[in-house]
Parts: sequence; structure tokens; C-alpha cells
Amino acid sequence: MARSDSQLLHVEDLVLHFRTSKGAVQAVDKVNFDLGYNEAVVVLGESGCGKTSLAKAILRLLPRNISAYSGKVFLDGVDVMTMSDEEFRHGVRWVKMSLVPQAAMNSLNPVLKVGDQVAEPVMIHHGVKKEEALVLAKKMFDHVGVPEDFLGRYAFELSGGMRQRVAIAMALVTAPSLIVLDEPTSALDVLTQASIFNVLKRIKHNLETSYILITHDIATSSELADRVAVMYAGQIVEIGDAGRFFPSPLHPYSQKLMASVPRLRGDRDLEFITGQPPSLLDLPAGCRFAERCPKRFDRCTQDPPVIEKEGRQVKCWLFA
Amino acid sequence: MKLRNTLREFTRYPTALAGVVIILLLIGVSIYTMIALPYKEAVLLWRGGVGVWDENPKLVPPAWINYFNKIRVPETIVLNSADGTATKTVISSSGDIGETDILFTFDYPYEGFPQDVLIYFTATYAIKQPHAALTWITPDGREILAGSFSVAPTQTFYASQDERLQRKLNTDLPQEGLFLDPNAPVDAPVAVEGTYKLLVQVFTFESDASVDAKMVIVGKVYGLAGTDHQRRDLMIALLWGTPLALAFGLLAALGTTFTTMVISALGAWFGGWVDGIIQRITEVNMVLPFLSILIMVGTFYSRSLWLMLGVTILLSIFGGTIKTYRAIFLQVKESPYIEAARAYGASNGRIIVQYLVPRIVPLLIPALVTLIPTYVFLEASLAVLGLGDPVMPTWGKIINDAQQNGALYQGLYYWILEPAILLMITGLAFSMVGFAMDRIFNPRLRSL
Repeated sequence: MARSDSQLLHVEDLVLHFRTSKGAVQAVDKVNFDLGYNEAVVVLGESGCGKTSLAKAILRLLPRNISAYSGKVFLDGVDVMTMSDEEFRHGVRWVKMSLVPQAAMNSLNPVLKVGDQVAEPVMIHHGVKKEEALVLAKKMFDHVGVPEDFLGRYAFELSGGMRQRVAIAMALVTAPSLIVLDEPTSALDVLTQASIFNVLKRIKHNLETSYILITHDIATSSELADRVAVMYAGQIVEIGDAGRFFPSPLHPYSQKLMASVPRLRGDRDLEFITGQPPSLLDLPAGCRFAERCPKRFDRCTQDPPVIEKEGRQVKCWLFA
Repeated sequence: MKLRNTLREFTRYPTALAGVVIILLLIGVSIYTMIALPYKEAVLLWRGGVGVWDENPKLVPPAWINYFNKIRVPETIVLNSADGTATKTVISSSGDIGETDILFTFDYPYEGFPQDVLIYFTATYAIKQPHAALTWITPDGREILAGSFSVAPTQTFYASQDERLQRKLNTDLPQEGLFLDPNAPVDAPVAVEGTYKLLVQVFTFESDASVDAKMVIVGKVYGLAGTDHQRRDLMIALLWGTPLALAFGLLAALGTTFTTMVISALGAWFGGWVDGIIQRITEVNMVLPFLSILIMVGTFYSRSLWLMLGVTILLSIFGGTIKTYRAIFLQVKESPYIEAARAYGASNGRIIVQYLVPRIVPLLIPALVTLIPTYVFLEASLAVLGLGDPVMPTWGKIINDAQQNGALYQGLYYWILEPAILLMITGLAFSMVGFAMDRIFNPRLRSL
């Protein structure tokens, strides 16, 4: 994959390993992908496969115990990995790229009014006064469907769905071109989920933002996805156009994942994948999915290459 | 609105209200003191010196003690011919010889005796000293020739130390003999109540010589607080002790609490070697004996109150609370909203001030309030140990003086009790407020 300037985000060989007492956890291991302007990519995968770590690696929100952090992340053609922490903080975070964190409901400061909280990033990055920032915050509240009089409330006075919307408003307020949504709806009821996805869709349409949407919720995310990436054991095993992926996933893991989604009609048993995903501490040589793969064969003992197939990239020997 | 709620909740604790009232009173007293008795004046008075306190009785309890005693004892009575409180008549001046009669008249409604009777003379003459004769007239009409002597330009007659008067009245305590009721039993002497007169006849031997006299009946009670061994009015120290104690307590509590909070927040947030250094300093400091260091500084360097305050704050910053706060900060630091703040580009300073610190305020404010009396007591303890500020009058120094002069052996309870009670009331007031605040800010404590 060549670096292309027409892409908003270009991630190349991104590596993020954590140091623990038992050894290095390879949470993100040589991940490559691209994301275009006004495009949404959905990152799917089991718990613990490195989705959130990928988001953190892109936003450089690192814990203290990293043992390896390398690769290239081009945002608007600029390699943000070479920036110093302060440059990154001033120039990238919330200016070009914002995050709706995993526990968005709890990501609001309990001692700040939510209006002030939404205004904070504007005050930090645009250096404007609080009054102006609050005007902008009010506008964002309109976008995400939070009543204006909620500006003066505290987070604990809001319902989960409202807090989620506030978190999204906060991500939008500086008009970044990329928003990373880390399981934005995981703790919400289906109605709230639906309305939040509608909000996200409308924002994508109106404000032309791009999304990286990390989720377990395959069904709902299909609403929003332009492209789908499937992660397994710290690697992207398949990435491609959503329209092609959902009806016919290529990688055996993707197929199993899709087969586990419940459907209302048809008396098909829900499938599951036997075994556990490999420990990120001690990864097997060759294909990481091989142990659980129903279609494994001799070559699976070697690391599979990334193969272009039907406009998708898949990391599996089956397609070689 | 929230503040009003907190205040309303506060009023539900009567003890807290009582505490607030006491604290406000103490603050009122402090303000009054600082206005009515400026610091420099107070220090000068407290240092004393020749003539400042001479008229005061020595080691006497406060005047209100009379309400509780069976035998009432006199307060100090001062009469002066120079300001008209005594009548002065210049009788004749035939040639150079003249006579000036000074008549002191005073009511004495007490059964007890005074501590002393003093007469101060101020005379102007060229060569020949005037001669004074004192006639003491009791209410029952007895006339006692109390003294007869030449008058120097400034001269003081001490009844208690006048040997001739001793012999004349046949008593060791002539100042009591002047007032003694001759009919009273020997084992229960009482004074004659009524109007006493002292006639001072001064004969001058020069035409332009003049004499004035001031009589002081030194009482056995004094003012609102009594006096100490240097005849000083204890009220000065009690009054000035209030702002000094409050200032010391408040500054030390504020200084330590906020610095501790900020330092532990810095350590918890940055972690790594910053945290390591802070924790190691704290651990070493916690082992060092706090009071001993203060005593060492006081003994070898300076006993200034403000230096002691500085050392106290310095030694208290790296105390156990740093560990407590750090534990809370470490927990808060991992909250999702802190990560969110990092994600949207909040700087380290902003995160510490806006995100970490507010979480600890509910814990900090009650602790701050209950910490104030601790430092008030510390200051008093240092003073009692003889490490008080050498210049400033404080509560602790009164106790120190009292202890050094054996107040309790001599039965001078007021000397120790007055500052001690003030200290206890101060401590109690802050504790009551602090405990109530603790319950308001940490509702989980309420069931206890």
C-alpha cells in the first residue's frame, strides 16, 4: 500500500506493545489501513483483540507501560508519529482527530457542568473565551439532539443516552475531520442506540467527518459503515467495502463472526468459535487464527500475507 | 444554589452553629484587638519596663472574682492632685514658707485589704526639700500619722515597706493595718468599710516650690483578666493571643493542606521519578521527629513565630496526608473522564487543577478545618516549652509564665485557666464545625 494524499488517514505498520510482568502484550501488531475523507470504517472483533488499543495508538493516548510503539500514521499527509507530545497535543488532538471514549458515559468530569465540559476543548485549542465557546457548545447540543437547557447541568443529572450525546458533542465541537468512536453505544438500550446512530449519520452527512467506529454491534454498525475492518489478535485480518463484506465475508474468522449475529427469521443455530483467542502475550507462529480455524491446512503454520481479493484485503492463505 | 443547600444543611447541626458563633466571636475579638490595641503598642506594653505597670497589683485575679468570694477585695484606686481627683489647697505663703494640703477622699466598700498603698510625689524646688506629713483618717474617725519625711523631686511612699509605720501599727503588713477594724477578731481580720481620707500636708520652704501627689491603693483584683508576676495586665496577652493563634492555625493549616494536595497531585499524575522522589521524601520526613526539630530550630536559631510557622508548614507538607491524597488521586487518575480530558488535549496543569484536585475538595475542607486547632495547640505547646516568640504575647506564653512562676502552687488558677480555656474553646469550635462539614461533604459518615 502506497501512501496516498487523497486519504485522510494512512496507518502503516502501527505497533503498540505493552510491557507486563509476564512479558510483552502485542495489542496492536503491524496494522495497516487507510481511511478516506467522509468515510466510516467499522472495526469489528472480539473483546481483547486490540481494537481499543488501536484507537489509543492512533490518538497516542498511551499508558505508562509501553514496550514498543512504532509505525507511521499520516493524517492529512502529515506523519503525526514524528511530532513531539506537545505538538501532538496542540496540533492533532481534537483539532484533527477526536475521540468518544469507550466509557463515554463516564468520561464527563463530574464537577463540571456539561456545557462547560463541551466548551473546554474549544477554549483549549482555539483560545476563545468561555462565552464564545458556550455558544459553539450550544450549537453542538443542537446537532446531537440535547436540549439547550442541559448546558448548565452536571453529568450525574443526565441519562446515559444524554451523556453519550454530550460526549459526541464534545468530540464534534472543534470540527475535527476524524472522530474515533470507541463502542459509543455499548451500554445503551436499542432505541437510544438507534437514535445515536442516526445522529452520527446525520453528522457525517452534514459535517463531512470521517469515523473510526469500534464496536461489537455488527448489526447496528452496518447502518453507518462504508468499510469494515476485522481485527483478530492485534492484527487486521480483513478490511474492505462494507457492501461486499456483510453479505460475504472472506476470512474464516470474519465468516464465523458474521454467523454469530442473531437473525429474526430462519431457524439457523447461532454459531460460535470454539476455543479462546490466543493470548496476546504468547502468540503462535504463522496464522494467529489457525488453531481455531475450520479451514486450516499446512501453510497456516507460516504467517499469511495480505492478499487483494475483490477489492478487499484479506490476510489468509486460502486466497493466495 | 448548591452553596445555599450546603448552608441550609449546615444549620441542621446545632453544634456546628455553636462552633461558627464561637469562631465569629474569636474573629471579632481579633479585629477589635488589632484596631484598639495596635501591635506595636501591645508589644511595648507587654515588654513592660520601668514605670509602665508600677501601679498595677502583682499576681491578682480578675475583678469579677469578687462575685464569687465571701470577702470582697478592692480594685485599684488612683487619685491624683494633678488631675483634680484629689483636692489640693495652697494655704498660705508667708515669706518662703508655704503649706500645701492635699486631701485624698475615697470610698472603700470592701472587707478585704489592698495589696499596697503608694503615694507618688513630684516636687519642684531649688535647694530646700519640702516636708510631707501623712494623716490617715479612717471612716470610724481614727487618725493615724502614717508618715513624715522630706520629699525628693520624685519620691514614692510604699506603705508596705515603711518600717516606722510597721512599728506604729504593730503589724508586719502596715498597708492592712491602715484599714483594719480594731474590733475584728484576730483570726478573721476585716477592713472598716466607708469613706477614708488621707491628708498630705506638705511644707515648702521656697516661694516657688510646688508639690503634687498621687495616691494609689493597689487592689487585690484587676480588670477582666488579672495580672501576672510582672504586674502586666493579662488581658493584653489574651487579646493579642487570639489573632496570633488564629493566624498561626489558619496559615499553617492552609499552607500545609494546599501544598500537600498540589504536591501529591503532581506526584500521582506524573508518576515515575517525580512520584518516587515525593514518596521517598515523605517517608523520610515521616520518620523524623517533628517536635524535636522544632525545638532544635527554636533553641539554636530563632524563636520567631513566623519562622516557626514556616518550619511547621515545611515539615508538615510531606506528611501522612500526602499518602492519603495520592491514593485518591491514583484512583481518580484512571477515571475515563481523565482519559477523555487527555484525549481532547487538556494540558497537564489543566488536568491537575480542573480534574484531579476538585475530587479531593470534599475531603480536604473538613480536614482543613479540624487541622486549624491542631496548629493552634502546637503553637501553644511550643510556647509552654519555652520556645514561644520572645516578643509577641500569646496564650501559650501566659501558660509558660504561669508555670515558671509556680502559679498552681500559689493557687493562682486564673493565670493558667484563662489561656487554657481560650485554647480549648478555640479547638472545640473548629472541631465542631469540622465534624459537621465532614458529615455534609461525606454523607456516608452520617450513619455512624
